[in-house]
Amino acid sequence: MKLLHFWRAMWGIIWRELWRFLKQKERFISALVRPLIWLFVFAAGFRSALGLAISPPYETYILYEVYITPGLIGMIQLFNGMQSSLSMVYDREMGSMRILMVSPLPRWFLLTSKLIAGTAVSVLQAYVFLLIAWFYEIEAPLEGYLWVLPALLMAGMMLGALGLLLSSFIRQLENFAGVMNFVIFPLFFLSTALYPLWKLKESSELLYTLAYYNPFSQAVELIRFALYGQFNLEAFIYVSVAFVIFMIAAIFGYNPSKGMMTRKGGA
Amino acid sequence: MNSPALTIQNLSFAYGNKPALDQVSFTVNSGECTLLLGPNGAGKSTLFSLITRLYDSHHGRISLAGFDIKKQSTQALARLGVVFQQTTLDMDLSVIQNLRYHCALHGLSRKAAASRIQEELERLNMFERRFESVRQLNGGHRRRVEIARALLHKPSVLLLDEPTVGLDIPSRQAIVDYVHQLAVDGNIAVLWASHLTDEIYPQDRLVILHKGIIRAQGSVEEVLKTTSADTVNKAFYALTQGEAS
Repeated sequence: MKLLHFWRAMWGIIWRELWRFLKQKERFISALVRPLIWLFVFAAGFRSALGLAISPPYETYILYEVYITPGLIGMIQLFNGMQSSLSMVYDREMGSMRILMVSPLPRWFLLTSKLIAGTAVSVLQAYVFLLIAWFYEIEAPLEGYLWVLPALLMAGMMLGALGLLLSSFIRQLENFAGVMNFVIFPLFFLSTALYPLWKLKESSELLYTLAYYNPFSQAVELIRFALYGQFNLEAFIYVSVAFVIFMIAAIFGYNPSKGMMTRKGGA
Repeated sequence: MNSPALTIQNLSFAYGNKPALDQVSFTVNSGECTLLLGPNGAGKSTLFSLITRLYDSHHGRISLAGFDIKKQSTQALARLGVVFQQTTLDMDLSVIQNLRYHCALHGLSRKAAASRIQEELERLNMFERRFESVRQLNGGHRRRVEIARALLHKPSVLLLDEPTVGLDIPSRQAIVDYVHQLAVDGNIAVLWASHLTDEIYPQDRLVILHKGIIRAQGSVEEVLKTTSADTVNKAFYALTQGEAS
């Protein structure tokens, strides 16, 4: 009986998130326009400036557009993860988060459900982006589109958990803009989304180290390898560990007796 | 004699060093409306946040339908219906979608949800408008939907945090009448936070809170006797030292 309750609640939360996403057409479009501009404009411009040697999982020389496609999928998921937490800050200010929090289910379950719902939205966005990229002749092996699904789920969960953690510390929407700048940009630019690690190493050992330990890099690599039908164990472990750490910290942050909610004096 | 559905014992809470509630104790009985009166900043919303477990207090105890809110929070929350001060409806969804979402969170089956939604919306004359977007509804109708939603899972205790704020007089009166009737018909314990003394019925119980401390509690008659006042308004004014709005 309890399991059925959990299932109904989780489905209700996912359904609400998907429905809201589909109704907010501007959000859907802007989620796609951002990476597409990078793909069509930025990547095209840099195509000749950046030569890429053959490195796994690629077996031949590739165009820069091909290289940054997994990075842009990561970007979609990173923005979505942050946007989900933005919506939680908004929900908390507006009150609809309260309805979720006073429902008779453990808080860890509610937060996990919210996270799964946000990830479902980001996976949907990623596949639409891959479809558009296909027409732009960025084609991965057919089975790659299937293998990438678990990688997208994992990366989405990890980045969503990071967003959740941040949202537990943020009291007001205004503060969120700052966090976007201090979180999204460093994570994105200090990663393998736009340039491979060896290229970074050529310029700076410090940047290389930061990019290597950046969980976003590992999420991008997980997606990159999966898209070409390969499993990157190191990235998998890294993403899993990062997810667990972020999630535990987020649950702690939302715990009424231990977390930030009480100290902030807001709910 | 009605039994207590909500018991608050020696509850204290502070935001950092700033005390918000100090040794608050009272009970709310099934089938009765208890008005929690206090000027702005009295601690009403903090108290509601503690009952709904949005905050946690290390001092004192809250028991809801016999369940300790801290130790048995899911059982306790399953018996609680809440209408918050600010609207908590999703503006992008229709009335029925909002209500279905609430039913899902409470584990109701699709069939049970459909029948409960119809029942509650019909009682509030809102069933015909179930497919309308919440954004299209006026303040009074949104409040009705929120009350219907709070009752879908048949709670034993209903909390209302200043639910009539911003409503016109007829909408306000309709909600006051409806909730009072509901307490009796459904044998529900209602705790209604307000700073408006004209929302009180003669049979209501009162808890007057000011600066985190209970200044008086009991039936309307008892509170009047304590303060030697002839109206609740005067009693409230006397107890809150003229800070009532």
